[in-house]
Amino acid sequence: MDGLTLFGTWLAAILTLCILSFLYKDNPFYKFAEYLFVGVSAGFWIAYNFHNLLVPNLVVPLFGADGALPKLVEEGQLDLRLLTVIAGLLGITMLFRFFPKVAWVSRYGIAFSVGLGAGLAFVVYLQANCIYQIWGTVRLSPVVITESATGWTFDWGASLANTLLIIGVVSALVYFYFSKEHKGVLGATARLGIWFLMVSFGAAFGYTVMARISLLIGRMEFLIDDWIKGTLTTLGLL
Amino acid sequence: MRREIPMIVAFLAGVIIILEFFVPMLRDVAGQIQQWYLVVVAFAILVGAFNLLRINYMKVRDRRADWPYSVVLIAGLFAMAIVGIFWGIEQGTVFDWLFNYLMFPMSSTMFALLAFFVASAAYRAFRARTVDATLLLVAAIIVMLGQVPIGSIWVPAGWPHSLIFLTPDWLKDRIMEIFNTAGQRAILIGASLGVVSTSLRILLGIERSYLGEE
Amino acid sequence: MKFVRWLADIDRRILFLLIAVAVVVPLIFPLGMRVKVTTQAQNIYDQVESLPAGSRILVSFDYDPAAAPEVHPMALAFLRHCFAKKHKVIIMALWPQGAQLAVSAMAEISREFDIVYGRDYVNLGYKPGGDIVIKSLGSSFPKVFPTDMAGEPTANLPVMARVRNLKDIDLVMDLSAGDPGIPAWVRVANALYQRKIAGGCTAVSAPQFFPYLQTGQLIGLLGGLRGAAEYETIIGYAGKASRRMDAQSIAHLVIILFIIFANVSYFILRRQRAEKGEGPKAGPSASA
Repeated sequence: MDGLTLFGTWLAAILTLCILSFLYKDNPFYKFAEYLFVGVSAGFWIAYNFHNLLVPNLVVPLFGADGALPKLVEEGQLDLRLLTVIAGLLGITMLFRFFPKVAWVSRYGIAFSVGLGAGLAFVVYLQANCIYQIWGTVRLSPVVITESATGWTFDWGASLANTLLIIGVVSALVYFYFSKEHKGVLGATARLGIWFLMVSFGAAFGYTVMARISLLIGRMEFLIDDWIKGTLTTLGLL
Repeated sequence: MRREIPMIVAFLAGVIIILEFFVPMLRDVAGQIQQWYLVVVAFAILVGAFNLLRINYMKVRDRRADWPYSVVLIAGLFAMAIVGIFWGIEQGTVFDWLFNYLMFPMSSTMFALLAFFVASAAYRAFRARTVDATLLLVAAIIVMLGQVPIGSIWVPAGWPHSLIFLTPDWLKDRIMEIFNTAGQRAILIGASLGVVSTSLRILLGIERSYLGEE
Repeated sequence: MKFVRWLADIDRRILFLLIAVAVVVPLIFPLGMRVKVTTQAQNIYDQVESLPAGSRILVSFDYDPAAAPEVHPMALAFLRHCFAKKHKVIIMALWPQGAQLAVSAMAEISREFDIVYGRDYVNLGYKPGGDIVIKSLGSSFPKVFPTDMAGEPTANLPVMARVRNLKDIDLVMDLSAGDPGIPAWVRVANALYQRKIAGGCTAVSAPQFFPYLQTGQLIGLLGGLRGAAEYETIIGYAGKASRRMDAQSIAHLVIILFIIFANVSYFILRRQRAEKGEGPKAGPSASA
């Protein structure tokens, strides 16, 4: 490990331990790391958006390679690059939020992005999350028959799985129907739906535990391999 | 008019995007406004960052509780932003070094803390008090066992196929493919209907909360 | 009974210590347990294998450092497979930190394969906007990414030749930690442009993508560290994910024992209180 990498590793390890110290109790070391993290993250977003958003989507289309503003009409043709000015103006309206007297101007930028997002969401959510999912359920057959060398056989496993899936989706959807009181047949179906949802949430909890433990493993691995073993190796003690 | 014109802007932006799927002639217009969206998003992120700066500056100015930490926040923000804007963000730059040795470890460790809290919560709050809670617990245990090799360590190599339903691996797969899929699908369909109706309400001007107060 | 009561009200810092030990010990003394490969992971592998050499694979790095311990190993394993099959890899990111993580992934991979930037792979960098970006890619790649991450015009890069829009991509692999991520790629690239989408994600988000697997909107899914270990197993590479599964195993076992002990002590104390004629207790007491 070269000097700069070793210094960086020690810095990372110290900050890691500062944050982990919160497990004992809240303390100044944790607070220092927490505030530093928030500041550095915000700075990261600012720098990244400058290079990846503002420059390629606003500065370059307007000023191009030669740095000159485009003319409105070039050789008898309307220069559409000037339309990017509208994007810039809409973006600048967002900054008016900081001035209470003229904060209403920010509504233009917000309305544009919310409206565009709503329009796209309307189509893609309906198609991918609603229609496709309903299609995925109605095309399932509760009776699955497979062809084998000996002839046609009833596939118990696939048939049971499909039946349970159909029942599960329908009963869980019935549970989410709150326009009528859950009594009688509706209530019993909703109860069945809750059971399917509970198993689903249990599975989600199991996966969540896996995810959180994986993150901890990653940090512990860094402390053991990169920090401790890396330092000892650099110093020639390992 | 301070509310009506933005509502018309929202309507036009949304309708152009929807119609683009059905009217090919609108593709260029839709493409153009999608580019504008990226610029607006950039400014929205700047608003968030400036707001953070403003709040912490006021904390330092007024010497409120924990104000020295706000100095650390502001210093970190400026250091990262200035270094990134003026010296670039490519591999090998100071910005890249700060990302790898400051931001990466702190971000990872913040989330690694959750492992401890989820273990503590599992011990202190997870009780099989009702049928529903028991179902949830049993499913969670089976999935946790089935996800890791140690869950199936007791299964010998020649385990009969007829008894495969007793193995955590098989049980976990069935739970995920049947019960989890059913539950998550119902949530997906329900949530998507909610999104569709909210989108319609926004476009038609019925939902106006995004415009703020009068 | 005092012991059961102590167990029920145990200081949570002891629980923290037990979890830390459960994770650290297997990292120092590995057990070498292997994972079984699921069909979800195998399907991704088979899809990459079935594509002819030179196919264009779009890999979207949609995760941040917080998700890196789970998702980064699967990124490395997938990239290794793609370059071993001589596919062309186009890298992009819908999360800003994803672009940086892609740089670090390629720095590691490029040491193992004879690959040239611009000819065999490209890093287009980060673009915010989620669904809007993917939809724009469906119309035109050059309009969304006129330059790569380093500022080089994409028109000059051989790997981007003949890539006009998403329809020229043979497979999309999305490495995701949230939205924008797999949901966005399924909603837009699959639903609108019928692209084949494979996904790698954090374990916390994996359960919600199983409906997409059943409908075929996702051709395969690598869920969490287990998914990364599965892909390493399929390609025959002993990577970080496989090693970490030992610690994962022991930690899971410890948490399961926590749940069992806690419930046993709860039921014992509840029966004791019922015998004494006391009402139910509110719950475990808070400790520092």
